[in-house]
Amino acid sequence: MNFPAAGTGPVLPALAAALNARATGFAAAHAIVLDPTVPPLVSLDFEERTTLLVEILDGTDPDQLAYFALAGIVFVAYHTAGHLHTTDALAAGHPGLVAIGFPLPQSDGKWRFPDFSYRRALAATHPATTRRGSPR
Amino acid sequence: MAAVETADVVVIGTGFGGAIPAYYLSAAGARVVMLERGPRFATEDFTQDLRLDTYTRIVDLIQCSGVSVVAGNCVGGGSVVYFAASLRAPSFVFERRGTLGRRLWPAAITRRSLDKYYTRVERVLPVAQQAWDDVSYAGGLWAAACARAGHTCNPLPVAVDLRQCTSCNWMLNGCVFGAKRSMLLNYLPAAETCATEIRPLHEVQAIAPATTTGYRYAVEYNQLSASDYRIPTGTGSIEAKIVVLAAGAMGTPVILQRSAAFLGAMPAAVGRYFSPNGDHVTLGVFDEAKVRDLLGLERAPGTPYGAYAIGRPITTASYDYLDPGLPEFSRFSLEQIYFPPIVNILAEDGVDGPPVWFGVDKRTLGTRFPSWLTVLAMTEDANEGVFGPPPPTGNFIRASVAAGLGQLSYPTAPETQRGWDESDDAVRAIVEKDGLARHLLWKGGGNAYSAHPLSSCRIGDDPATSACDDGHELRGHPGLFVTDGAAVPTSLCVNPSLTIAALAERASTLLLRRAGDYGLSLRAQVPPPGRSDPVRRRRCRHPV
Repeated sequence: MNFPAAGTGPVLPALAAALNARATGFAAAHAIVLDPTVPPLVSLDFEERTTLLVEILDGTDPDQLAYFALAGIVFVAYHTAGHLHTTDALAAGHPGLVAIGFPLPQSDGKWRFPDFSYRRALAATHPATTRRGSPR
Repeated sequence: MAAVETADVVVIGTGFGGAIPAYYLSAAGARVVMLERGPRFATEDFTQDLRLDTYTRIVDLIQCSGVSVVAGNCVGGGSVVYFAASLRAPSFVFERRGTLGRRLWPAAITRRSLDKYYTRVERVLPVAQQAWDDVSYAGGLWAAACARAGHTCNPLPVAVDLRQCTSCNWMLNGCVFGAKRSMLLNYLPAAETCATEIRPLHEVQAIAPATTTGYRYAVEYNQLSASDYRIPTGTGSIEAKIVVLAAGAMGTPVILQRSAAFLGAMPAAVGRYFSPNGDHVTLGVFDEAKVRDLLGLERAPGTPYGAYAIGRPITTASYDYLDPGLPEFSRFSLEQIYFPPIVNILAEDGVDGPPVWFGVDKRTLGTRFPSWLTVLAMTEDANEGVFGPPPPTGNFIRASVAAGLGQLSYPTAPETQRGWDESDDAVRAIVEKDGLARHLLWKGGGNAYSAHPLSSCRIGDDPATSACDDGHELRGHPGLFVTDGAAVPTSLCVNPSLTIAALAERASTLLLRRAGDYGLSLRAQVPPPGRSDPVRRRRCRHPV
């Protein structure tokens, strides 16, 4: 999240404080006793945190866009290893790229797919198609 | 006092809409300077990499109210990052009446009248017609699913040198093999051969009246840091007899809004009637066994599909709903498309109940990534986008190097929603037939997503609803022309790049004929690029 190109680094302290405030409010509303030795959001259990995040991310929360951007960085980190060069991440077995089955490059570190096609006609083409392949 | 810098023509932006007029004007003898907000990279500079500081150098994500827009930000503009599908818009598009109830395109432009310009662009890029052997596994799967549901499906024309292409599927990053036919490989080098000067990292802020006799406009710009586009490193101004605005549909209206303080009132349609081209993406998650059993597909022993990330990103589409007999807002193309996993946040998880697009179920959905197939519907929208007041500089507020907040609002109209709903029904009927796949919607963030911004300074015949006349000249501001996606009057039901380019070809032809009106003595006709450099050099009045 502090990766410079993500742009979230400077606002992380404010977002963390706001999330903890929301967690405190959530705990009060649901009669949850928070553990004072950890931040309020961490003190919520997994189900409670998920419920809170649904409120923040899928509702009409005024800060929804900021939290969506934060969620976006988390997705980018897991699904794309956005803080790493992809070849390095794959070589190191990055858990997200492995989980989604992202294809490996060739031995020179470049992606090429010599086998990419079923190589057969799989549908009739539209009768109103021009010689160059566009719709009429 | 420093001398005022002048040029015959300043072109703002270097994508399809800027590169094409820049070539013709400079080949006809004009001194042309191009100002480009983004950096300049060549084939050898591009990377196959998902690291955030690689591809994000050349593409922006602009988060707006109701819509998020992806736009190129480099020399070559959208042509560097596009997926190269190069289709002519169907004939009915040019007859569209929208919600206004009257023809939206200028009377002078029909598909038939534009065909000769389409042909020219197809030859210059050039565009190749993919055969079934060129269609990716995902495109083949889409075709087979369409056929089984009773639909046709076509291999698509693409601006790709198919002999050089390795089907690597990294088009968003710029092509590392020089196979994708961007403006970097045709119009821009041809323009530079004719002494066009391209200045990257020059972000135009506004246009003001010129102070030099014989010149009409002063184009004011900030120079930007190559490492952080939020940091200005200088300012400057160039005066010109003609200004061609081609900063893209997200940039052009903002420059004009800001220019009103210097040039006087802008036409009412500047910054209105924005269209995201009706872009609407949904996801099919395929059952591999049914791909084998129902469609008879197997790409390797025991592997029916599992190839979402393999091959060119766009290879097939169904034209069945591009039926001119269908009512407006019910016509669309359905195109197979790949997106890199940077957008994996967007799909719903496919399990009832909250959370919808994140959480444990979403992570499970991610493990099916190889069996995904995304479909892009390009529908008819109601041109309901409106730009708010411009930000202090640039065309949006950059929160990071490649992302930020725009002033555009897109309150989805009922007609637009109807088109999206009907396209959803059509895709669902195809992919869910006999349980072949599960059809899921993009719900993360709640916005529409578009890579095809259009219409924010559109051409037309009606001064109340079009910013520019049918020659692309901004109403009330002679010598100022808009030639990019902003000028396209409506969504196109196909990928817009070829139509933007064809309109820019047409506008260039008209411009050369009228150059004398603006104090320029240019050749009235110039052949398209494509000859060898020595031939071009002899043709130009200002050889390098």
